[in-house]
Amino acid sequence: MLVDAVRQGNRLALGRLLTQVENDSEEGRQALVDLFHYTGGAHLIGVTGAPGTGKSSLVNRLAYHYRHPADGALARRVGIIAVDPSSPFTGGAILGDRVRMRDLAGDPGVFIRSMASRGSLGGLAATTSALVDAMDAAGFDLILVETVGAGQGEVDVASLAHTTLVVEAPGLGDDIQAIKAGILEIADILVINKADMAGVENTERALRGLLQLAHPVTHLMHGVFSHAPAQDEPPSHNEGQYWEPPVLRTVATEGTGVSTLVAEIDRHREYLQESGEWAMRERLRLVSQLDHLLKAELVARWQMSISDAHVQAVIERLMKRDLSPWKAVELLLNGGGT
Amino acid sequence: MGERKIRVLVAKPGLDGHDRGAKVVARSLRDAGMEVIYTGLRQTPEMITEAALQEDVDAVGLSILSGAHMALLPRIFELLKANGQDNVKVFVGGIIPDEDVPRLMEMGVVGVYGPGTLTDQIVQDIRKALGQGVGF
Repeated sequence: MLVDAVRQGNRLALGRLLTQVENDSEEGRQALVDLFHYTGGAHLIGVTGAPGTGKSSLVNRLAYHYRHPADGALARRVGIIAVDPSSPFTGGAILGDRVRMRDLAGDPGVFIRSMASRGSLGGLAATTSALVDAMDAAGFDLILVETVGAGQGEVDVASLAHTTLVVEAPGLGDDIQAIKAGILEIADILVINKADMAGVENTERALRGLLQLAHPVTHLMHGVFSHAPAQDEPPSHNEGQYWEPPVLRTVATEGTGVSTLVAEIDRHREYLQESGEWAMRERLRLVSQLDHLLKAELVARWQMSISDAHVQAVIERLMKRDLSPWKAVELLLNGGGT
Repeated sequence: MGERKIRVLVAKPGLDGHDRGAKVVARSLRDAGMEVIYTGLRQTPEMITEAALQEDVDAVGLSILSGAHMALLPRIFELLKANGQDNVKVFVGGIIPDEDVPRLMEMGVVGVYGPGTLTDQIVQDIRKALGQGVGF
């Protein structure tokens, strides 16, 4: 019943379904089972970056742009999932991304849902991908997933999204930060937000330099020093063509650069579809989801199969150095504690 | 199976710009283990109830210092009802004259908190209104 209402666009039902899914309740799981058939239609866009780079403001502007296209194009329905961190001590959270998204109020074509990370460390919550599935089945054309303020290791969004935006801002660190592994590597599009601030040239130079290092083949294809995105020439889709992440400047609070960003996001979707990478990413996403579910289920089943007393006995032996952790695992997996 | 958290929307309707109280309450609820959706200043009743719907919150906390509570609260209850969210508990903080409190409670407000309220009191009242013990 919840499922039918969600499919028919009932917003109350969608809100309640998202709660069930987030809490991983029996009802939520059953609904996802019924809804899964209807997923796969939305373009999933991840938005990540350090705290304070303006992710929420950018999401606000992007969504507004999709709702009010300048060129007379059809308005697209936008779902937004914004993740903020849970306190590691109390489990509570303040979810404040809506503060920056007030331009979207009153628009029935937008649905914003805040969620707490609830102990997950990869920048998303454990059930974020399930929430995305629910919104996808509800018929949103685009789903923007904003991660917690991410540093260098919160890269889970890349295995969830079709298109990942990494948002930077001037003055956040020198170029050694940029060449560390991690978040920059997952960017399909690099956005330098707050581009009206001092130091934007340095940030852009550092990012472009990094991209040159990360995409050496680019030089062969676009000429030795041509590292700018080939915006003026139509993208060719030859065999072996690949995506070179563009570096874009925006000022989200004023909307500067957002139409270019929207165009680049669309261009990335076209690239993914024409190159066959869309299917590849879908596979990656589903495999990763399956992997998570399988592991959780295996652990749950194992926990059902073994008594707490056995586990405690093994832990006691560990404490006495009578047993190594590796041997303990063997013992526990074989169903015995002694 | 996952966990169930109390979700509370903390909003500031109306035109005054003093959000210190709302932030203190938001922080206290967070420290009590709740998930607080904070929407910021100058929210209309429409914006508040729309957010309550999308976020599927259990409770809404409103900070009102402008004296407009007798106009804002009926509208918010009306919209919550129209959205099918009669279940949502509403509490109010700020500057509310004593004589208005009974009328607000009659409308369905579960608690009115003026200056000097201990934040623990608000936490306890929310849990009680939602039918949950302190250990939730």
